[in-house]
Amino acid sequence: MAFLRAFGRFVPERAVGNAELAARLGCEEQWIRDVSGILERRYASESVVEMAARAAADCLSQAGVEASSIGCVIVSSGSAERRFPGPAAETAARLGISGAPAIDLPVASAGSLFGMALAADLAARYRRVLVIASEKMSAVIEGAPLDRNTAILFGDGAGACLIDSAEGWARIENFKLHSDGAFADHLRLDFNQALRMDGRTVILQAARKIPAVIRQVLEAAGLAPSDLSAFLMHQANQNLIVKIAQTLDVPAEKFYSNIARYGNTSSASMLIAAAEWRAENPQPGPVVFATFGAGFHWGALLALGS
Amino acid sequence: MTLQERIQAIIRSVAQKPAPADPEESLFESGILDSFALPDMVSAIEKEFGIQVPDADLNPRKFDSVARIASYIENRAS
Repeated sequence: MAFLRAFGRFVPERAVGNAELAARLGCEEQWIRDVSGILERRYASESVVEMAARAAADCLSQAGVEASSIGCVIVSSGSAERRFPGPAAETAARLGISGAPAIDLPVASAGSLFGMALAADLAARYRRVLVIASEKMSAVIEGAPLDRNTAILFGDGAGACLIDSAEGWARIENFKLHSDGAFADHLRLDFNQALRMDGRTVILQAARKIPAVIRQVLEAAGLAPSDLSAFLMHQANQNLIVKIAQTLDVPAEKFYSNIARYGNTSSASMLIAAAEWRAENPQPGPVVFATFGAGFHWGALLALGS
Repeated sequence: MTLQERIQAIIRSVAQKPAPADPEESLFESGILDSFALPDMVSAIEKEFGIQVPDADLNPRKFDSVARIASYIENRAS
């Protein structure tokens, strides 16, 4: 058994509004808003590791536990500065966690949910597993000639989630993870290259797969979408979030969204959203987490208030 | 109605715009369909023709024109 114990987040100080990007990209502010729902995003001076450590420290503070009690650390990032080592070990060291395994998940977008699912199983062995997702997408965007179709979307930030085998505010009921490498080339970041995204394929696939995997975890628990108190998704695009709400026939208001303020922070987005949602909802009912991203990797996780 | 006429009716319904007279015209490049209308069109095609489009076939190129959609449906039916 595993429980959600706490969330944490870190968002950089510098906000980059649509006006600034529109001027650089030669497009209209309104176009950015219409195609994405994004008003601004944050660009970091901090590194992936620094943001990860800040989000993790917030999460540990929310949980009221010492870093020394963490049995395992998982760090998701698709934008780490180095090929190796990944940010996990250094993040753990900055938190004062030494000796515990620190595992890198180089999975953009869906990495936070994959980390939570792995942590749910690993908690039986390590008791407290700290899942962190940290992304510096501005470095990806600024590291190549600007492409307006991707530059408008992405921002920086980090989120964290503490999963505990003994206590928490919600029990992880089940999860489903999926991958399909047949579409690996449709959303990818090659070394020293610009981010490549076939937006139509990504949206078409995501619009089908996300509702399907949410239904999978709900049906396994005997629940319907209308039974949930909230949906916490990867904040990829507000139009996609609304479309998934329509497909599941639930009000879009049940899908927590902060994409207008932060843009798409890849794997960090779901945990940043979760941290803000949790602060506003002290006693939530059943909640489902769902992500989709490069790979393609996608999945959903159901948690029930305890 | 012919197969192409049925497809054009779906496009008009989903896009709320006139369907192209030229069956080869790109629905995306012409601005008739955007990325977020495409999933709705695929769902409407499934319903109208009683087929299930597998995830492996969820490639926009297969649905980029009336002619390509017709070809896809004919192949699924055969």
